[in-house]
Amino acid sequence: MTEVAVAKEDVAASDDLVVLKSVNKHFGALHVLQEIDLTIGRGEVVVVIGPSGSGKSTLCRTINRLETIDSGSITIDGKPLPQEGKALARLRADVGMVFQSFNLFAHKTVLENVMLGQLKVRKTDKKKAEEQARALLDRVGVGSQADKYPAQLSGGQQQRVAIARALAMDPKVMLFDEPTSALDPEMINEVLEVMQQLAREGMTMVVVTHEMGFARSAANRVVFMADGRIIEQAAPEQFFSNPRSDRAKDFLSKILHH
Amino acid sequence: MFDFLEGYDVLGAFWTTVQLTVFSGVGSLVWGILLAGMRVSPVPLMRGFGTAYVNIVRNIPLTIIILFTSLGLADIFGVTMGAEDFKIQGFRLAVLGLIAYTAAFVCEAIRSGINTVPLGQAEAARAIGLSFSQTLRLIVLPQALRSVIGPLANVLIALTKNTTVAAAIGVAEAATLMKTMIENEAQTVAIGAVFALGFVVLTLPTGLLLGWLGKRLAVKR
Repeated sequence: MTEVAVAKEDVAASDDLVVLKSVNKHFGALHVLQEIDLTIGRGEVVVVIGPSGSGKSTLCRTINRLETIDSGSITIDGKPLPQEGKALARLRADVGMVFQSFNLFAHKTVLENVMLGQLKVRKTDKKKAEEQARALLDRVGVGSQADKYPAQLSGGQQQRVAIARALAMDPKVMLFDEPTSALDPEMINEVLEVMQQLAREGMTMVVVTHEMGFARSAANRVVFMADGRIIEQAAPEQFFSNPRSDRAKDFLSKILHH
Repeated sequence: MFDFLEGYDVLGAFWTTVQLTVFSGVGSLVWGILLAGMRVSPVPLMRGFGTAYVNIVRNIPLTIIILFTSLGLADIFGVTMGAEDFKIQGFRLAVLGLIAYTAAFVCEAIRSGINTVPLGQAEAARAIGLSFSQTLRLIVLPQALRSVIGPLANVLIALTKNTTVAAAIGVAEAATLMKTMIENEAQTVAIGAVFALGFVVLTLPTGLLLGWLGKRLAVKR
């Protein structure tokens, strides 16, 4: 199951791809991340769930330094996150990110959106970048929309393009920050299917979501956060059927039965 | 009825006005974009320079800036702008002064445009590994510029009319000729009307064209 991810990397490094150690962050007086320790292995799919304001989105965004941290350390593939600058840009190119609000470049066509990173960051030649972009768009099922602008697409289609845009960089790990929260209900599945396919292919994924179905079926591990802390983490089976903490029991009872 | 126009090169004077406008317009667009880039830059020194420049330059009357290019730059510091001819030197100094002044307004128009681009656009650009300057050049500015074509048209119209200040240092543009004609001819109101009309003819299509362009190029979200 992990052969794709393994084939891409030198196995020399350890199998821990993303390591967070006692990470702290404040927004003013609010202590949004408190002593977070989290290790994500190569090829692992980690789903982060928890109530709003628990810091799960912030956690996801710190991994490619869209949010800075106050203390602690984050390493990706053995290298600590660099300061803002060229080294950070290089690292971000290896970390795919999918946002809640898609954030497709509004003035560029779907195809240009997917090609941009390869052209400007990887300096691939245009023909090859286009070939790859079209293949990715086909893979996420929006190949026929390549020449349209983002605003002409449905939310689900836009999010799938955003996934293709991130995949175009051949990332080591993909971060999903509530990828289906801004979607109409009937469009959620088409995005989740693409994500499940990715998980099956062995992509390392960190997924912040409210989709418990996805967590159950695709995750290797569920991380439950509340009030800026990781309260518990477990395999999805175990977490959903037998949560240990009261906070998680309370959360699950609120979202699973009504 | 229009025989008072005889013997004067009105079209020639307006041509100089057009040239002043075009050169200053292009120059201030370039300098204004650079200034806007500095004002949103993560480097504090650049931000400080951009902010200081805009706040100083836009608050100085244009007449003083134009006079300074001639009496200060040229006469005291010997800046000739590579021109041997006094007339050419005056024209180039006027363009320099107009660029320096107008760029401050261009910068602020563009900066307000940058603020209309959702933060997520820049975040997505950074997330695929684009550098700050690539993010600005490829993602933010193209969208920002499209949203401020209207305000930029205002700046361009103001610039067209501001070129008349070049008369202060003897550039032979429309206002200089108008002054000469008013001194020599009796029909002062008619002369004024002709020049006023001349400027409207220059600026009205500019505004209409850019207004149309602004609607056409607007970024759909």
